[in-house]
Amino acid sequence: MSDITAGAYEYSRTPSIGAVDNYLTHGRTLRSWLVTTDHKRIGILYALSITVFFFIGAIAMAIVRLDLITPAPDLVSDDTYNKLFTLHGIVMVWFFLIPSIPATFGNFMLPLMIGAKDVAFPRLNLTSWYLFVIGALFTIGCIVAGGVDTGWTFYTPYSSQYSHGFVIPAAAGVFITGFSSILTGLNFITTIHSLRTPGMHWFRLPLFVWAMYTTSAVMILATPVLAMTLLLMSAERFFGIPIFDPARGGDPLLFQHLFWFYSHPAVYIMILPAMGVVSEIFTCYARRRIFGYSFMVYCMVGIAVVGFFVWGHHMFVAGQSPFANLVFSFMSFVVAVPSAIKVFNWTATLYRGQITFESPFLYCLGFLWLFTFGGLTGLVLATVPLDVHLTDTYFVVAHFHYIMVGGSVSAFFAALHYWWPKITGRMYDEAWARFAAILMFFGFNLTFFPQFIMGYAGMPRRYHAYAPEFQIFHVLSTAGAAVLGAAYALPALYLLWSLRRGERAGPNPWCATGLEWQTESPPPRDNFRTPPVVVAAPYQYHSETHGPDYQHRDIERAQGTV
Amino acid sequence: MEIGNLFAEASQNAGVVDLDFLVLTIISMAIFLLVFTLVLVFCIRYRRGSNAKRGRLPEIMRREIEAGWTAGTVFLALFIFWWAVAAPAALQGQPAPALKIHIYAKQWMWQVEHPNGAREINTLHLPVGTPVHLLMTSQDVIHSFYVPAFRAKHDVLPDRIVELEFLPTKIGTFHLFCAEFCGTAHSQMTGQVIVMRQEDYAHWREVQPQSETLAAEGAALFHSLGCSGCHDPASAVHAPDLRGVFGHIVQLQGGRQVVADEAYVRDSILLPDKDIVAGFAPIMPSFSNVVNNGQIESLIAYIRSLSPQESAQ
Repeated sequence: MSDITAGAYEYSRTPSIGAVDNYLTHGRTLRSWLVTTDHKRIGILYALSITVFFFIGAIAMAIVRLDLITPAPDLVSDDTYNKLFTLHGIVMVWFFLIPSIPATFGNFMLPLMIGAKDVAFPRLNLTSWYLFVIGALFTIGCIVAGGVDTGWTFYTPYSSQYSHGFVIPAAAGVFITGFSSILTGLNFITTIHSLRTPGMHWFRLPLFVWAMYTTSAVMILATPVLAMTLLLMSAERFFGIPIFDPARGGDPLLFQHLFWFYSHPAVYIMILPAMGVVSEIFTCYARRRIFGYSFMVYCMVGIAVVGFFVWGHHMFVAGQSPFANLVFSFMSFVVAVPSAIKVFNWTATLYRGQITFESPFLYCLGFLWLFTFGGLTGLVLATVPLDVHLTDTYFVVAHFHYIMVGGSVSAFFAALHYWWPKITGRMYDEAWARFAAILMFFGFNLTFFPQFIMGYAGMPRRYHAYAPEFQIFHVLSTAGAAVLGAAYALPALYLLWSLRRGERAGPNPWCATGLEWQTESPPPRDNFRTPPVVVAAPYQYHSETHGPDYQHRDIERAQGTV
Repeated sequence: MEIGNLFAEASQNAGVVDLDFLVLTIISMAIFLLVFTLVLVFCIRYRRGSNAKRGRLPEIMRREIEAGWTAGTVFLALFIFWWAVAAPAALQGQPAPALKIHIYAKQWMWQVEHPNGAREINTLHLPVGTPVHLLMTSQDVIHSFYVPAFRAKHDVLPDRIVELEFLPTKIGTFHLFCAEFCGTAHSQMTGQVIVMRQEDYAHWREVQPQSETLAAEGAALFHSLGCSGCHDPASAVHAPDLRGVFGHIVQLQGGRQVVADEAYVRDSILLPDKDIVAGFAPIMPSFSNVVNNGQIESLIAYIRSLSPQESAQ
């Protein structure tokens, strides 16, 4: 990177103080962290918490995958198996994926990217984290007490009447954590509306900020429905109020409608932030303005809106009306369109660029591959007769892991590597990072591609014992999971190493254009020494009339500093 | 034995589903190859410092192409939707009378009752080439009846009868899975679907011992529930004589006609006011809270046994 950072690349308005006074050195006690209202520190608190949960969820699935090497249910008991995959689902969805990018990088970067000092409600922001922690404690308590075996979907009447697990504590954990999502969403929307720095018009917002905006809207509108659903389920389980029990006049399908009314938009809570991250990184490493900025914005808004009207595609065989199936199938095809346009636009952004292949970009290429693959298999599942065959099989498991892990988690790692120098002020070892990115891509495909095949052959999900003809696919999948596990553990090592030994990053190691790069790394407590002023659209990686040049000097040219 | 053949197609619908999947796969692969060929070409051609021409984007790359692929994607999505909807619609209206079989799901087994009362657990014998109409219900949680070789699946709900139709086209033994998570032994809630030649099926069904006892059970219920008090030919109450009714056309009030099949008898027991036989008063009470599904099956078997040609079939 040295040849890029070298040269006349000084920001005259950021006096070089070095690492003396920044948000990390602003207070060194544990208390200063636990009562902080600094969005950057709260982002890091979230990052540490979700890392713990990521490894809890991963260990649960490691045991499951080991058990699945053989067709016989031999490693753990049936109940333990059911509790492990339930734990994996609950933890990965609500305690890792939902908060992953928004609560960490969103919290840290959003105010920086719009030139604000903090979020609109800093104390509410800290409250969100404490709510997350309280929800997390319920969930950990539930694990310690003996676990829950309903699957992360809590389908009634199994959850409300038949399960012997700790359903209510688990639901309470998710319920409380939901409020953390709602408050974060509220905070982000208010921040974006009210705290943009002078000149930061709506259509000058970086796409990551738009991603946070649309994600927040979905969080605020969908999460209350989840809260309500879990409350009703708990009321039936605890007080015996028949809401979903058909024998007493309830309707078991009502639960599924309510649950998916949240849980399908929740997929967009996971993927919209990933799209935002990828948009930042594609344009930075291609040195090219993002292709079709306004379309990218409209696509995200479109996904957020249409995403609310596709939930019934989870219920094609559940017993809903065939006409409803048609409507939901149609809407599912419609929601695929904006995602496809985004894929085309990212591809077009590379056209006539000056592309370099640092690890964040490699993670994004991985994202593009896996997200496109997951999206196309989504079309298969949106087709009613195919979904009848494939729903509740490993085909669905593979599909949503391609989107949520191949897509969102790849983007999470891309964001981690892209913004790590900004957050910590240190560079990591690029060779190791590239190796981890490539390893993750191959490990992921080895884990999940075989699941498409066995899913099409009819292997049902959530099966502890299975027919022997599926064994080869499970063995491949488990082998892939081992590779994937190593690829997830690697960054923990070289990133920790970089904290002590890494080269100093400087304010803008990638020569990127966003406002977050126009302050020191790590940023000072109040983000900017002088409030920045925005005079142009984002992503000025080259001038209007010229393409990007070899030396990456275009930014200076565009900003008038050359 | 077809178990072990991963992608066996054993129903009329299976070929259609596989064709749909093949076409969608081809379209998807085309899109995928297009995108990643471009990505690869761009990554090589426009790698940093290469000699390729940079400069501003050509005019056509700005508006037209964006509008073009938006329209193209919308059109493709609508086309696939239309095509996928139209394909199964062509299968509707199978002429042959369907074989009606009742399925009772419970934690963690499948109970099957054939039209003549033959029962089995975790196996389902079927004749090849005959449309099958399953009537399914669950006694506890939600299960899902899934035969991958038929490409057929439907959730089985408590207190609701759900229906699933398919036409087996291949003789062999196939997996039956519960596809909806239903508790501890969910993965053991499996069974076999055995598709036989039609003669073999008829023979198999006749030699099942349960068929006699089912009708006998039904006869006992017919008396103990008080049905015989009205429906006995010697009764003073004016109620239809049920001998020889099953499988024949019944004239209803209002001039309608109906064939007295399982569904009709079941309805008549549970919803007696629905179809009143011409010339009779609607005086029969509903038995919907009195008899369970198994008892209804027994009663149907008994009523069938009152029609000699029907019960011989």
